[in-house]
Amino acid sequence: MNNLQQKAQQLLESGNYGLIVGYEKGTSGKARPVFIRKAEHASKLIFDESCDQNIAVYLYRQEIKHDKKKVIVANHHTLKSIVELAAENQVFDGDFMVLAFAGNGDIIELNTFEEIEKHVATLYHGLTEAEAAMMKKIEDMSLEDRWAFWENEFSKCIKCYACRASCPMCYCPTCTVEINQPQWISVPSHTLGNLEWHVMRAMHLAGRCVTCGQCGKACPLELPIQLLTYKVALDSKQFFDSVAGTSICADNALAIFKPEDHENFIR
Amino acid sequence: METNNTNNFEPKVVAFVCNWCTYAGADLTGTSRIKYATNVKIIRFPCTGRIDFMLLMKAFANGADGIIISGCHPNDCHYTSGNFHARRRWMIFRNLLDFIGMDVNRIVFSWVSAAEGAKWAEVVNESVDQFRQLGPATSYQKLIKNSEFQEVE
Ligand code: SF4
Ligand code: SF4
Repeated sequence: MNNLQQKAQQLLESGNYGLIVGYEKGTSGKARPVFIRKAEHASKLIFDESCDQNIAVYLYRQEIKHDKKKVIVANHHTLKSIVELAAENQVFDGDFMVLAFAGNGDIIELNTFEEIEKHVATLYHGLTEAEAAMMKKIEDMSLEDRWAFWENEFSKCIKCYACRASCPMCYCPTCTVEINQPQWISVPSHTLGNLEWHVMRAMHLAGRCVTCGQCGKACPLELPIQLLTYKVALDSKQFFDSVAGTSICADNALAIFKPEDHENFIR
Repeated sequence: METNNTNNFEPKVVAFVCNWCTYAGADLTGTSRIKYATNVKIIRFPCTGRIDFMLLMKAFANGADGIIISGCHPNDCHYTSGNFHARRRWMIFRNLLDFIGMDVNRIVFSWVSAAEGAKWAEVVNESVDQFRQLGPATSYQKLIKNSEFQEVE
């Protein structure tokens, strides 16, 4: 048993904690989320580079909402999402404990939002080199090429909404896509409706996306739709100096304003 | 009456304006008998803050070649801050559209007060000229055609 498994076992045996949300070995070299309620199952837990899924999305799910005090094993994506969810009052201080990892692999216990926020401040916020290169590739295209690129991508979307389900920030009980009076987003998946869906998703995540990339990873058709929310996240930073997932009390970029906000296109 | 000849092309333009400033301004344009392009269909909103970006998407999806959005100048909002919120949203929205390859020159943003009847005529005329230059929104029309086919099926 490694440190994490021992720790999990102790926590469950102590009776103070009823559920551990973490990762277990999945198929084809991937990790998948696991929900552990019994101490003897603690040995299922793993934590390595394969554990890149953002599992903050489970924290507020109905199925585990009423479980006795929870523990979540968090990678850096999950940690940032927890901070943003805290800022939006979707998770509550003291409802769960976070197990994070130091650079040397040591387990760090984070019990309060303040501790989580402090820890997150030590993490890198921004796109990876590969992600930044993808953004640049698209931004460097001509307008026509960019349109052709996205038209092709949007045409593939089957509107399964896995991207939405995987995103910790998409928690509205009734999403605009489910509203049919009026029907904002068409039911059949044609390119026009898909484009509207993706513009809407990105706009609703402006100033809230923590650039974890989970939406893109969840897409069964591998649409690089995380780049759309990266775009609004980067702009929120550039225009409004707002970076989601860094503060447990910050307001969303689009929920506030400054009279001196500067643009150069309004006549 | 579809024509691809950009010289005779008359763009379909929708203007989303706020009730308190630009709508009143456009009224003044009329009562001052200033002539301006007739391409524009004006839709009145309580406030620029109410002009959801999805409404703009729907205008394009229904065949608009260009859109004008206009409201009270900063610090003049009837509801104090609706236009400030709207401005932030437009900054993000405009860049997002550019990122997916839409020509943001098809949307004109302006502040027109209730006293600026002449400015409204100018904004509309300039915008219509600009949209005429850009020609019909053909790339979007292609998507519309394709979607109609699918929805009927
Ligand atoms: S990258 Fe995608 S999944 Fe992650 S926060 Fe942003 S929109 Fe949500
Ligand atoms: S996960 Fe992919 S296919 Fe499914 S709705 Fe999102 S973009 Fe479309």
